[in-house]
Amino acid sequence: MSKNKQLNIAGKDYHSRLLVGTGKYKDFAETRAAIDASGAQIITVAIRRTNIGQTAGEPSLLEFLPPEEFTYLPNTAGCYSADDAVRTLRLARELLDGHNLVKLEVLGDPRTLYPNVIETIAAAKVLVKDGFDVMVYTSDDPIIAKQLEDIGCCAVMPLASLIGSGMGILNPWNLQIIIENAKIPVLVDAGVGCAGDAAIAMELGCDGVLMNTAIASASDPIMMAGAMRKAIEAGRESFLAGRMPKKLYSASPSSPTSGLITSG
Amino acid sequence: MIIFINGNVKQFDNEKMTISALVVTLNLTEKRLAIEKNGEIVPRSQFSEAKLQDGDKLEIVGAVGGG
Repeated sequence: MSKNKQLNIAGKDYHSRLLVGTGKYKDFAETRAAIDASGAQIITVAIRRTNIGQTAGEPSLLEFLPPEEFTYLPNTAGCYSADDAVRTLRLARELLDGHNLVKLEVLGDPRTLYPNVIETIAAAKVLVKDGFDVMVYTSDDPIIAKQLEDIGCCAVMPLASLIGSGMGILNPWNLQIIIENAKIPVLVDAGVGCAGDAAIAMELGCDGVLMNTAIASASDPIMMAGAMRKAIEAGRESFLAGRMPKKLYSASPSSPTSGLITSG
Repeated sequence: MIIFINGNVKQFDNEKMTISALVVTLNLTEKRLAIEKNGEIVPRSQFSEAKLQDGDKLEIVGAVGGG
């Protein structure tokens, strides 16, 4: 948890605390419009086999989202072992000309997409040693989050709920413990369903939120992207402003108690 | 010669070929790619010298939309 005005990841400042994925959109034009509306500076991409039969001149994601304009965050989505994740990110580094900032995620179950933290830890060790700046997706287990920090990851990204579920923050208490323990940025990654969820994550003291489906699968992705940008900003300011204490009732009304008109 | 590209068998008439030549043959010159040959990354700067041999296994990847 940090009270810095900007989000600092691996030594670089970002004014936007909303990180977005680039998957599941109707086309690249919609992807671009949604990302512009979100104000995000860091965008995730997946690394996949090139379609060899592809016709030349077919548009690519990189043309719509030039790497000069955004910070690319290549991910290891779809990897189920540490070896596959490491191999994918080494290819990503070559693809993006030595770019070191990456999102590590190693999944454990294709049905739920729940992370495999044992493989994640193994991959994180190799990647950190190999000079990568690792933003790591993990479960909301405070002990694992701390271990990933100790390995040398540059940000820890616990889930709010399962990838693509839109269930929101299911265990704010665990997130709070992770945030309290961490000296590196904590970002909620996965599970956010609506702008309210994003605001709650920020009010808990998260440094940022990473999302894809909540925007891409909204009825109006571009409007939702704007809503998310505002929610992240509002949630952050609400956190910094410091909320009033909760109490069951208050003997102190907001309006003056004197000067009331009375009968008789 | 036969080269395995992204898990598929591809037959080429050439007896000798560099990765650069392959990229041209596959119509991929405009694409931003990373290539792994037999499990080892071949840096783009070495495409023109990297020779292919019969039976080589290549992975050719790019960036796509993802979360």
